[in-house]
Amino acid sequence: MSWFARLFAIAAKEVRQLSRDRITIGLIVGIPTIQLLLFGYAINFDVRGVSTAVLDQARTSLSRRLVVDLGATQVLGTIRQAGSERELRELIQRGDANVGIVIPPDLERRIAQGDRAAMQILVDGSQPALENVAQGLTAIPLLRRAGRPAPHRPVEILVAYNPAKRTAVQIVPALCGVILTMTMVIFTASAIVRERERGNLELLITTPVSVGQLMAGKLLPYVAIGLIQTTLILALGYWLFDVPVAGRLIDLYLGALLFIAASLSMGLFISTLAQTQFQAMQMAIVTMLPSILMSGFMFPFEGMPKVAQWIAQLLPLTHFNEIIRGIVLRGAALSDMWPELAKLTLFLVVMMTLSIKRFRKRLD
Amino acid sequence: MTIAISARGLARHFGKVIAVAGIDLDVPSAQIYGFLGPNGSGKSTTIRMLCGLLVPTRGTVTVLGHSVPRDAEIVRRKLGYMTQRFSLWDDLTVGENLEFMGRVYGLERALRRERIRDRVANYDLAEFAGQRAGTLSGGQRQRLALAAATLHDPELLLLDEPTSAVDPQSRRDFWENLFALVAAGTTILVSTHYMDEAERCHRLAILDRGSIASEGEPKVLARDIDATVIEIECGDLVAARRALATVPAIRSIAQLGNRLRVLMPRGARDPEGELRAALVPHCSEARVERVSASLEDVFVAATRLRPEAATAERAA
Repeated sequence: MSWFARLFAIAAKEVRQLSRDRITIGLIVGIPTIQLLLFGYAINFDVRGVSTAVLDQARTSLSRRLVVDLGATQVLGTIRQAGSERELRELIQRGDANVGIVIPPDLERRIAQGDRAAMQILVDGSQPALENVAQGLTAIPLLRRAGRPAPHRPVEILVAYNPAKRTAVQIVPALCGVILTMTMVIFTASAIVRERERGNLELLITTPVSVGQLMAGKLLPYVAIGLIQTTLILALGYWLFDVPVAGRLIDLYLGALLFIAASLSMGLFISTLAQTQFQAMQMAIVTMLPSILMSGFMFPFEGMPKVAQWIAQLLPLTHFNEIIRGIVLRGAALSDMWPELAKLTLFLVVMMTLSIKRFRKRLD
Repeated sequence: MTIAISARGLARHFGKVIAVAGIDLDVPSAQIYGFLGPNGSGKSTTIRMLCGLLVPTRGTVTVLGHSVPRDAEIVRRKLGYMTQRFSLWDDLTVGENLEFMGRVYGLERALRRERIRDRVANYDLAEFAGQRAGTLSGGQRQRLALAAATLHDPELLLLDEPTSAVDPQSRRDFWENLFALVAAGTTILVSTHYMDEAERCHRLAILDRGSIASEGEPKVLARDIDATVIEIECGDLVAARRALATVPAIRSIAQLGNRLRVLMPRGARDPEGELRAALVPHCSEARVERVSASLEDVFVAATRLRPEAATAERAA
C-alpha cells in the first residue's frame, strides 16, 4: 500500500461527505455567482452625472467655456449657477449639488502665472467617492485649450488598461481572489475542526495515517473546488461582464493554484488553533476582513498608510490581486510576476510548517 | 502468561487537576481486562495514554513490547481503539465507513473486501450496509465501531466505555463478540461503569480519583473484600436506618428493595450481634444475615471507604 493510497482514501472520503452536504455544494457555486452578480452589477465606482453648482466670479468667455467643457465630460450632470459663495454652499448643504466649482475673478491671471490654483472645487465630504471625482476633474486637460499648459496637474489618472473605466473589468479579477479567500479559508478550517468536534479525529489519529497524509488528503478536494470556483468566476465574468483574459489561461490557473494552496494553508493553520467550528469561523473572518479591505480590492493600495501596506504584504490576497490583474487585464505572463509568486510561496511554506508543527497526532 | 500492556508510575496532570495519579498496571495477553470506575476516575485518560494520544506527565508505558509514546506509530498498527463517543462518520454508510477504515489501515483491496464481508456477517451489519451510520441505533453503532476497530485484526483492543449508550440485549451480544475475539487471541482492555460488565472481565482494576483502588479477578476481589457484608430485612426500613445511624462502625448502607445492605469492617468480632442489638428497640422482628460480597460491595468498599474518601465524605 503506497503512501498515496492513504492520502487518496482520505480525499475520497472527504469528497463523498461533501457530495452529501447539499448546502456546502450550493455554497461552492452560489457564493461566487451571487457575489459576482452583486458586485458586478451593484458596485459601480464609475461616477457619472454628479450634480454640480458653479459660482462663476470671472464671467469671462474663458470661464464660460470652462463650464461648458466640464459639462461635456459627462462626469458632471446638471450644472446650476450660483450667485454667491453662500448660495453655493447652501446648494451643497441641501444636497442639490454634490460638487461646487468656484471660478475666481482673476481666472485669466491665475492661468497665466500658474502659481495658484486656477479654480476651487468644493466636495461633499460625506460621499467618499466624490473625492475621486474631484481628483479626476483636476486632471481633465480642459485648461490647455486656454492656449497655455495647465498650471496644476496634481493627479494624473492613467486609464490605459481599462480605457472605458468600467468597474466590472476591475471587479471580476479582484473578486476572484476575494471569493477564493472566503471559501478556501472557511471550508478547510471548518472541515478539520468539525472532525475534531465530532470526535472523528480522535479515532483517525490512532490509526497509522500520518499527519502529512491527513492534511494533504483533506486539502486536495478543496484545491479542486477552488479551481472550479476560479473557472466559474472567469466564465461568468466573460459572459456577463465581457471581461476577457488578456494573458494566458494556463498562467492564470497556475497563479490561482498557488493562491488556493496559500489560502488553504491559512485555513489549516486556523484549524490547528480553533477548538470549535464557531471559533474557526471567527478566526477566518478576522483574516478575511483585512484581506478584503487592505489587499487593494476596495481601496487603492497606494493610497493606504505605510503600516497598512506592510500588513497587506502579509496577506496572500494582496499578491494574488497583483497577479490576476496583471494576467487578466494587462496580459502579463506569469514569469513577470515572480516577486508576487515568491511571496505567495513563502506564505505557503511558513503556514504549512507552522500547521504541521502544531498538528500532532495527540490530543494534548 | 505474557503481558500485553504494562505501566509503571503512570500519571497525567491537566494543569492543577490530577487525572491519573501514578498507577502500575499489568494487562495479561488474550484476556479481557476491565477498568471499573465512576466518571472522572481517570479511565479515559489512562486509555488515551496507552494508545499514545496523551503524553504521560510521569511514568512509563509498554504496549505489545513497544515503549509508548515513543513508538506509538508502531503500536498503532497493532491496536484497535473504540472511543467513548461514536467517532465514525455519520454521513457515510456502514459499508463506506468500513471501506475507509480498511484503507486507512492499509489493507490491500482483496483482503479488505474479505475482512469487511466477514465483519459485516459476524456483527449483523448486512441489512444496514447501505444505511448512513448516523441513522443507526446505539447497539448497531457499537457493532459497526467494533467491526471498524477490528478490521486490521489488532492484537490489542482498547474500548473506552463501549456500551454506555446501548440497551441490555445489545450489551450482552457485544460481550459475546468480545469473548469471541479473546478466544482468537486478542487482548482487550475495556472501561466501564457497569457492575455486570465488570463481572465478566478476567481481571479488573477499580479506579478511583486517578489511582487503582483494587485490582484482581472479580471473584477473588469479592472473596477478599475488606469488609463484612450484612443484609437486614425489616418492616420499617426508615426506623431501621435511624437505628443504624447510632452504630459508628458501619461503613456504608444501601437499600435494595425491602432490604438494607450494610458494610461493616472486616475485622469486627460479631457484626451481626452488634447490628441486631442496635435494631431490636425499633424493629424487633428484624432479620440480620451475613451474605457474600458482590462486585458492587467491592466497588463501594474500594472507592468510598478508602481513608481519604472517608475524610472527603465527612467534610461534605
